[in-house]
Amino acid sequence: MTTFPAKFEYLDEIRDYIAEAARRSGFTDKEIYSLQLAADEAASNIIEHAYEGITNGSIDLSCDMREDVFTIIMRDEGKKFDPSKVKLPNLKADLSERQIGGLGVYLMRKLMDDVRYETSGKSNTLTMIKRKG
Amino acid sequence: MEITNQEFKHCDLIKVTGRVDSSTAPEFTKALEKTTNDNRFKIALDMSELEYMSSAGFRALLATQRNCKRYNRGELVLVKVPARVREALELAGFTELFKTFDDPLEAVGNF
Repeated sequence: MTTFPAKFEYLDEIRDYIAEAARRSGFTDKEIYSLQLAADEAASNIIEHAYEGITNGSIDLSCDMREDVFTIIMRDEGKKFDPSKVKLPNLKADLSERQIGGLGVYLMRKLMDDVRYETSGKSNTLTMIKRKG
Repeated sequence: MEITNQEFKHCDLIKVTGRVDSSTAPEFTKALEKTTNDNRFKIALDMSELEYMSSAGFRALLATQRNCKRYNRGELVLVKVPARVREALELAGFTELFKTFDDPLEAVGNF
């Protein structure tokens, strides 16, 4: 597990961390990009929403590969922010009606096989799963 | 992320390189707004050296497209969209909102 400051400037390092773990787990470049994007969207939401108004928050990040299942776990101690409660954007809407809110969560769900959110005490845990192959 | 702007008579060719995420998107947005605030609404965005773009960057593209297309005064078109970025744009349902070109000069000539 590695702890990152909950600041947008650290998204680069979070993506590097994911890329390294995914590469070790044998994912292709295309899959690695998808995992990085899903993790970036998740971390961005934590920084923007869970830690809204808080400048010294942190995100605990870990990756694990077991039996061809890659698991990304992000833990924070901010406000509850359940991505599954976010209203998804209407992707069929035309330009003037198109909403951008919820797009990050939508991408997370499309890019990963499963996205789960749990809260216990002060700590929020986001678990994202990608099956290999 | 780095942004350069080449002004042509009829349009602007803006090139964005590197990575656009929540950290760099505000600067990206500002660069696009600088052009539209100058009443220049015909923009070709060269993405050939773009390595990465998250939904924070997509948000800037959408806002700019909306602004440019208002009153039919122009349009934002995308040039040389890298495969990975294109796949994410497709997933977001964005590809139908933007014309794309494989060649910057062809994009410029389109205006």
